[in-house]
Amino acid sequence: MNPNLLSDHEDGKLAASAHLRWQRLSRLLRAPLLRPLAALAVLLLIDFLMIPGFFHIELKEGHLYGSLIDIVNRAAPLMLAALGMTLVIATRGIDISVGAVVAISGTVAAMLIGGTMVMHDGVPTYASNIPMGWALAAAMGAALLCGAWNGLLVAGLGLQPIIATLILMVAGRGLAQLLTDGQIITVYYKPFFFLGGGYLLGLPFSLFIVAGMFVVLALLMRKTALGLFIQSVGINPVASRLAGIRTAALIFFVYCFCSVCAGMAGLMISANIKSADANNAGLLLELDAILAVTLGGTSLAGGKFSLVGSVIGALIIQALTYTIYSLGVPPEVNMVVKSVVVFLVCLSQSPEFRNLVHSVKRVPSS
Amino acid sequence: MKNHSLRALLATPYFTSLVTVVLLVLMFALGSVAYTGFFSLQVVLNLLIDNAFLLVIAIGMTFVILSGGIDLSVGSVLALTTMIAAYLLQVWHWPPLLVIVCVLVLGSLFGAAMGLLIHFFKLQPFIVTLAGMFLARGLCYLISINSITIDDPLFVSMSQTRLSVGDAFVSPSVVIAMVMLALAIYLAHYTRFGRAVYAVGGNEHSALLMGLPVGRTKIAIYAFSGFCAALAGVLFSFYMLSGYGLHAQGTELDAIAAVVIGGTLLTGGYGYVAGSLTGVLILGVIQTLIAFDGTLSSWWTKIVIGILLFVFCLVQRLMSLGAEKVGAGAGNSSGKLGGKPPQPGSSVDGAGAAPWSASVQ
Repeated sequence: MNPNLLSDHEDGKLAASAHLRWQRLSRLLRAPLLRPLAALAVLLLIDFLMIPGFFHIELKEGHLYGSLIDIVNRAAPLMLAALGMTLVIATRGIDISVGAVVAISGTVAAMLIGGTMVMHDGVPTYASNIPMGWALAAAMGAALLCGAWNGLLVAGLGLQPIIATLILMVAGRGLAQLLTDGQIITVYYKPFFFLGGGYLLGLPFSLFIVAGMFVVLALLMRKTALGLFIQSVGINPVASRLAGIRTAALIFFVYCFCSVCAGMAGLMISANIKSADANNAGLLLELDAILAVTLGGTSLAGGKFSLVGSVIGALIIQALTYTIYSLGVPPEVNMVVKSVVVFLVCLSQSPEFRNLVHSVKRVPSS
Repeated sequence: MKNHSLRALLATPYFTSLVTVVLLVLMFALGSVAYTGFFSLQVVLNLLIDNAFLLVIAIGMTFVILSGGIDLSVGSVLALTTMIAAYLLQVWHWPPLLVIVCVLVLGSLFGAAMGLLIHFFKLQPFIVTLAGMFLARGLCYLISINSITIDDPLFVSMSQTRLSVGDAFVSPSVVIAMVMLALAIYLAHYTRFGRAVYAVGGNEHSALLMGLPVGRTKIAIYAFSGFCAALAGVLFSFYMLSGYGLHAQGTELDAIAAVVIGGTLLTGGYGYVAGSLTGVLILGVIQTLIAFDGTLSSWWTKIVIGILLFVFCLVQRLMSLGAEKVGAGAGNSSGKLGGKPPQPGSSVDGAGAAPWSASVQ
């Protein structure tokens, strides 16, 4: 036997298995959620190394406390907004009125609940102006109305999404300010605060809202054809319409849903600060939501979307903010860092950029 | 027949611009009737004095929107310009003219960099300029969190000089903005660059096939928008005599609104630079009306701008639908008149594709 031949054979085998391993590795590297998860892990690692006791969670009075809980809790409104935004972006749309809807729903809820002092058995307690359920329903109704307006402009009139929602972005905050007369409305009714700062089973209540929303949405997307339809509209609206999908109704639904999510986020935010601030509530939230969605791997060109990715994206943004605050870096740096992250994520999604990187890699080896 | 002529009027290119001018005159007339002292030359000139910076930004935005893009970073670039100018003047004590040249170059470079990303990596203008908006605002705060007051003699004199027009006056900024407007009109309608902008906005692919320098044009457009934002920043620092990271928040939205109200089609390729002047003036008149009234609060400005935006988008949409109908009608009638069997593909395909492409928009 020719030893050379054998070694050739062995080499071939080795090469084949190396190739297989490489293939597996590259498939893993191409997994859609890998990049956002890696980014989150790197952030948490930095926190772990730089902030003592970062992963420490303790039980106080039946509530869990700790940095991680804090991050998740504060990210809740953003996660909600990002979930809604994901569907909109998946249909090639964009909704920049999210912040205005947050302001509107928070304002409506705060105005209807308010809180007047009543003497109850000689103890001063605060009662809501109208039953809280109705107030919350009214707030969500207002949000739904906003979404229907956006949906009508985009799906009905065929306006460009960014301009259609720009109208509400400009006018919506004005409407909220009109309702409050430019004042900050303080809420005194205790049960309302539960939405933003309450605890259930030791965990912040807002997390349960987000989780519930996520589960409902995931079931809708996976167990019904809705997810497929949304994807198909995002990939090619004309072809989808010709294939018999009711594109307009679907797009209308998506904008309504996005506004409902924003409305819930608005309730959370105003319950958390115990007031409604029409001027500043949810300011620039739409940008953070878009950022979270892109970080999560949803393509801005439509079609490809990931709900889990968006939730992770929201967590990344909140973790980044937390890290910057606790490292003592001036908080203003946050914006610069965010913008650099957006640039990098966009570049990594661009096929042209990948080709460029590949060709640069190939040149030295050949 | 009457219906047809109405449609033809709707389809004329300057229809929305015409509507804007009529609206502007109506609003001004309304103000003149309702409030004493409204009908004066100074009120008109004040519109220009208070909105000179917005006009300059809107000019840059017009080019971007004409090319089918959008630039959300202009407000932040304006703020960054005021900040850099204030810092260079007050801390490094650079001569004011050098400072102005320096910030204008920086603004253009900032825009050009975004244009490069948009063109070479095929990124969406919306997201790139959004990131640019964050970046420029963040850089402001890196320079200083507080407002920096400018007491440079040149800036102060630019701020206080009054050039008399009849018995009224304007500020030097108005003159600069007007020169810029004239320059931009020339650039858009009488140069090769302007034609390329319209062509790219009409259909980028066709422009490329026609052999137009699409890449160079797109990068130049964003550089021009950055330049305009920086110039607006210089005018704004004449106006406010300070540099501050919170200056001019939301100006990008005002600028977009002004351009749309001025009759430029958001899908690109259609509109006039001069229309943006009327757009800016309308925004100014709304603010003046509210100021004269005294009982209305500032948020009414936002609501009215939102309503106007809606109305103009609606008119644009109906207009483009009307244009399609006119086109389709003409196509059908000519087919009937000819009485020939459908000729080779192109015209049939064209007629068939029209309704679909209409609904894609």
